[in-house]
Amino acid sequence: MIAPDLVLGGWRGLGARKLRTALSCLGIAIGIGAAVAVLGISASSKANLLAQLGAEGNLLTVGAGQAFDGSPAPLPLAAEPMIARIPPVESVTATGYVPGVTVRRTAAVPATDSGGISVLAAQPGLLGTLGGGVAAGTFLNAATARYPAVVLGAVAAQTLGIDRVRPDTQVYLAGRYFTVVGILRPVPLAPEIDEAALVGFPAADSLLGLGGRPTEIYLRAVPDQVQPVASVLPFTANPAQPEAVQVSLPSSILAARAAARSAFTGLFLGLGAVAVLVGGVGIGNIMVISVLERRAEIGLRRAVGATRWLVGLQFLVESLLLSALGGVAGAGIGAAATAAYAASAGQPAVVPPAGLAAGLGVALLTGVLAGVYPAARAARLPPAEALRA
Amino acid sequence: MTAVLQIAGAGKTYPGSPPVTALTDITLDIHEAERAAVLGPSGSGKSTLLHVAGTLERPDRGGVRIGGRDVSALSDAELSRVRARRLGFVFQQFHLIAHLDAVQNVALGLLYRGGPARARRAAAVDALDRVGLGHRLGHRPARLSGGERQRVAIARAVAGRPGLILADEPTGNLDSVAGQQIIELLAGLAADGTAVVVVTHDPAVAAAMDRRIVMQDGRIVADEAVS
Repeated sequence: MIAPDLVLGGWRGLGARKLRTALSCLGIAIGIGAAVAVLGISASSKANLLAQLGAEGNLLTVGAGQAFDGSPAPLPLAAEPMIARIPPVESVTATGYVPGVTVRRTAAVPATDSGGISVLAAQPGLLGTLGGGVAAGTFLNAATARYPAVVLGAVAAQTLGIDRVRPDTQVYLAGRYFTVVGILRPVPLAPEIDEAALVGFPAADSLLGLGGRPTEIYLRAVPDQVQPVASVLPFTANPAQPEAVQVSLPSSILAARAAARSAFTGLFLGLGAVAVLVGGVGIGNIMVISVLERRAEIGLRRAVGATRWLVGLQFLVESLLLSALGGVAGAGIGAAATAAYAASAGQPAVVPPAGLAAGLGVALLTGVLAGVYPAARAARLPPAEALRA
Repeated sequence: MTAVLQIAGAGKTYPGSPPVTALTDITLDIHEAERAAVLGPSGSGKSTLLHVAGTLERPDRGGVRIGGRDVSALSDAELSRVRARRLGFVFQQFHLIAHLDAVQNVALGLLYRGGPARARRAAAVDALDRVGLGHRLGHRPARLSGGERQRVAIARAVAGRPGLILADEPTGNLDSVAGQQIIELLAGLAADGTAVVVVTHDPAVAAAMDRRIVMQDGRIVADEAVS
């Protein structure tokens, strides 16, 4: 009597009672499926986030804040070149908010219909620092930065109804037409760029009267020096009013948001655990009934030479097979749910192998625990009594 | 002649209030190729005697030897091995497993002896041939008649060529024609040297045996050769 006989015998027995087998597996399948799906969806979101952050999370922003008395405290002109001198800073770029300017499709659109689009002066190095890209056309360069040329953020372009860049594509900006030279892809780390129309600093100075003052500075630091750089940024950017400088780490905000979302992971894992527990009780229950129903078979097996141990082992193997079936089905359901969710959210589908292995392991453990009592009952049944049934 | 089964002074009492004494001072030898019928009214202890002889129950008193070996002190695993190698059982309710076909049911009788699955299957096919069911190998019990089911059960009991077959009312659920075939099959086993002990109410079964053991109230009241 060897393992293949036990497994084959158990398999034939389950195959003879297909509906009961399927229903017995269901609880475990649902529980493991929920757990694998939750882990998979969470891992997919995390993979997506890491792709957005460029894995390093070393982007810092420096914003103009308010002085002690609440008045606006713009950044000094020298802020950006000063920050560029901090040794661990890899790249730096500035934007300047142009107040009181709206962007419209044509002059015929009323000025009140601004669409929430702000106008920012930007430097040619913006995309390099932020890690963004253009969806159409080109970004500002040293030449176009001097002329009435504009690059639209992804949301701004959508608001204006512009989805392609042609030589004659123009928008009405501060009383004159600017040529649209490019449209950006979304920039997850700096969503304010998505809702902006970007012009060059020289053009903003000469045509919009900005005066060259930056309002927001983006910089990338060497990844393991992010905290030290952040601590010196206020003094470097605005030595006169360091308290009026707002330094933030957008990647940590995104990561915190992701962590908040993953708080639900614990809840769903808990629900999955409850389903597995109920499934385990269901399997134990069905195995106890099976022992009662199959007294004659137990007696017969004892008569043809099965030891107590082998009879018990047979029922334990059947319980294990049920839970393994449930576990495999659940892992499949969970992986499929992850793939479906990732496809609908446009994320990479990631099913963590450790999650799959843990799910199957939990299923098998449940099967053993559920099978021990029925197996012991079957083993203890005296053969003569079993045959009389 | 060699004794395949020796029971000496065996007694069995089931606890309860009042306790039920099923066997009292049973002494019995069964020899190779012997065919014995155990007769007696219901509750006379016939089935308990069969269970004690088959090591499915231990007597409270007295000893049982199978093939000359004292089995009273053996462990559960050792008793199981004795049953697997030396004994074959036939039951009134056949006790076939519904989802297994004839060959698989017969091979189950060899499962706990060990050996490769292919050899067990070959021996099962051979045993089904011997009981005249070579054409029903792949049939499940539900597609067999009562007589055919009991023949499958007999094939299961003899597939391992045990020295002793113990049968409990083997014709009890069969019509007389099917019953007659079973009786001939059991009686024919002695030709290979197999001893057969049949517990029965059926006079036709008793008539086909060499020896008649009559029980009453847990005792053997008559033990005679049939002429």
